[in-house]
Amino acid sequence: MNITIEVNNRTIQAHKGDTILEALNRNGIRVPTLCNMTNLTPSGACRLCVVEVEGRDTLVTSCSHIVENGMRVMTHSPRVVRARKTLVELLLANHPDDCLYCERNGFCELQDLAAELHIRERKVLRKSFTQKLDLSSPSIVRDPAKCILCGRCIRVCDEVQSVSTFEFVNRGCNMYVGTTMSRDLNFSSCIGCGQCVLVCPTGALHERQNFAEVMDALSNPDLIPVVQIAPSISVSVATEFGLKASKDVNKLLYNALRKIGFKYVFDTAVAADIAAVEMAAELIARKGNGNNLPMFSSCCPAWVKFVEQWYPDYIPALSAVKSPQQVMGSLIRNYFAAENEINLSKIFSVSVMPCLAKKFEAQREEMTTRGLSDVDTVLSTRELVRLIKLYGIDIQGIEPQHPDKPFNIRSSSGKLFGISGGSAEALARVVYHKLTSKELNDSKITEVKIISGVKAFSFNAAGQTFTFAVVNGLKNIHSILPVLMEGDVKLDYIEVMACPGGCVNGGGQPYVHEDKYVKLRTKAIIEIDEAEGIKCAARNPLVKAIYDDFLGETGGEKSKKFLYTRYSKREVLL
Amino acid sequence: MSKAEKIEEILERYSYLDSKSLIPILQDIQSELGSLNEEAIVLVGQRLNLPTSKIYGLATFYNQFKFEPKGKNHICLCNGTSCRLKGAKWNMVYLEENLKLKNGQTTRNGQFSLEVVTCMGACDHGPVISINEEYYREVDPEKLKHIINDLTQE
Ligand code: SF4
Ligand code: SF4
Ligand code: FES
Ligand code: FES
Repeated sequence: MNITIEVNNRTIQAHKGDTILEALNRNGIRVPTLCNMTNLTPSGACRLCVVEVEGRDTLVTSCSHIVENGMRVMTHSPRVVRARKTLVELLLANHPDDCLYCERNGFCELQDLAAELHIRERKVLRKSFTQKLDLSSPSIVRDPAKCILCGRCIRVCDEVQSVSTFEFVNRGCNMYVGTTMSRDLNFSSCIGCGQCVLVCPTGALHERQNFAEVMDALSNPDLIPVVQIAPSISVSVATEFGLKASKDVNKLLYNALRKIGFKYVFDTAVAADIAAVEMAAELIARKGNGNNLPMFSSCCPAWVKFVEQWYPDYIPALSAVKSPQQVMGSLIRNYFAAENEINLSKIFSVSVMPCLAKKFEAQREEMTTRGLSDVDTVLSTRELVRLIKLYGIDIQGIEPQHPDKPFNIRSSSGKLFGISGGSAEALARVVYHKLTSKELNDSKITEVKIISGVKAFSFNAAGQTFTFAVVNGLKNIHSILPVLMEGDVKLDYIEVMACPGGCVNGGGQPYVHEDKYVKLRTKAIIEIDEAEGIKCAARNPLVKAIYDDFLGETGGEKSKKFLYTRYSKREVLL
Repeated sequence: MSKAEKIEEILERYSYLDSKSLIPILQDIQSELGSLNEEAIVLVGQRLNLPTSKIYGLATFYNQFKFEPKGKNHICLCNGTSCRLKGAKWNMVYLEENLKLKNGQTTRNGQFSLEVVTCMGACDHGPVISINEEYYREVDPEKLKHIINDLTQE
């Protein structure tokens, strides 16, 4: 139902139940916010969104007040602007003045606010809080000096990710954001998903950079730099180069990476195909002997760590097949190198991932073969964008190119690994094809209802019913998981991607302030899948060739050696 | 009895465990173990199904909870109305100046810790302090100095 309110002496329509802020935004009026987060309950902590409401003595926080019919609101009266300005000046009081050297220089919300409110001098100076930089995690760097206590990271980690690593510690002017017992992040429950990095308005949280190592390797004549790029990257960077948000720039990225100096460029989606084929064999085998069902996806390293910490009893359920990143890394060293007569220790293997947990995964000791890591270093999507800009490459002006052999053909389902539901879909296609030699299409799939927030479907193949569930993000996972494991519907496969929406919304992706962009990335991947001919990994001729040439059989000795891994219980402060 | 067993025993006393029992549980643990520690938060978290970060955040919010262990000699110094009027403050100043000891702290060497309390029920004899449950009355800085010296020499 619509109601009418008056804003800045003009009448606007608002929906009943809207907060003042929502009504304003719907009508194109912007007021600054810091602690407010779409889809989460307002906390009213920062007070930046204050407006003047006629008949009220005090300013009102627009993010937490519901509109009333006939309400008269002033969003930018002198009193309001003064109040906001003072608030920001206080935030700046113990904030370091080193914007020029900051990770977030140029896309920091605090900078934007200071500019918007025209703050041109330091009015208040308070002793800055001395807490040390936390470099302990392979994924996330925390710089408490830059924290403005907005609480967004706490809420995203708790309410969205169900991990609850952070909390406000102490109170008043001694308050800071910390972990249990104020330990370093690598002792905490953090799974490295990076969702907190995406929401932090300042440079207080950012990814662990592996940029410098890559630059060194690129200029080292003794090394052969090789790079793989994850399925979701090509649909997530267009806006960073001034292109239309939904544009797929895959082929331009191959060219750009070669220009930067990588000798070989590969598509991780090919490894996703191989992983899907192996997982299908694994799942059919488990179904045959009834052990360790349902099988859990293991492509998301944040989810894997989550299971290792909270649900060690379920570790055997995790698919033992490595994630696409690690499969590709292992094949580059153990297959590609030999084929091309390259000394495998000369290869410097880089992967570009939308994910900060991948940085952690690459350095796990379980992810090595013959003493060498499968992947040497991982760049986030954001680091890739910086690299391309640093090398002065004009994405709009270069020719499209193809990835290198022998990993140059993928099925479209390899690309699907970038979105929530994608690994389940890809796996279902291979399982069905293996058992029936036919293609699985939508008409053979029936939707199954289990619990709200979880998509599930089943299909029949060779007289057996397979039921797959897709958990999109970790929200409510602690109450969902028991239902999936012990409920009436017997599941064969559970896909979990820690980030809401999957890798397209990974913690290493370019910062966007609207869900809209994440939806566009998802849509772009679905369109690629719809448009292309090879939809099933088992029908990818290249996958067959790699098995004929090198791996032998699915689940065979070589697969086990190069493509499988193990997981183990982790002791952290939960 | 180990600390963990003690904590388990405290948790057993609460028949209905939910987040509302959190503060009373932490109070019991603190009064019986002297302070909170990592082990305590982990055990309580497991029982109440709460992340340890939430417990730690809450416990550090309230001044009453301490994460430092008590010193070998735990001083309770009364700063209730009566003792305050009789000069309890000078004893606090003495401890701060000579032992660098403030309310809630433990000295570096672990010898002394200080807890300021309100009224120990001996108002007639203030200022009152107790050290490891032994009571001292009419304490002034001079007397306090001797008490501390005796304890350090032990
Ligand atoms: S990276 Fe993820 S798990 Fe770790 S603190 Fe941030 S939101 Fe929480
Ligand atoms: S670390 Fe960032 S998101 Fe978290 S409270 Fe500080 S400023 Fe906000
Ligand atoms: S955005 Fe409304 S109080 Fe912070
Ligand atoms: S005020 Fe100190 S004992 Fe009562």
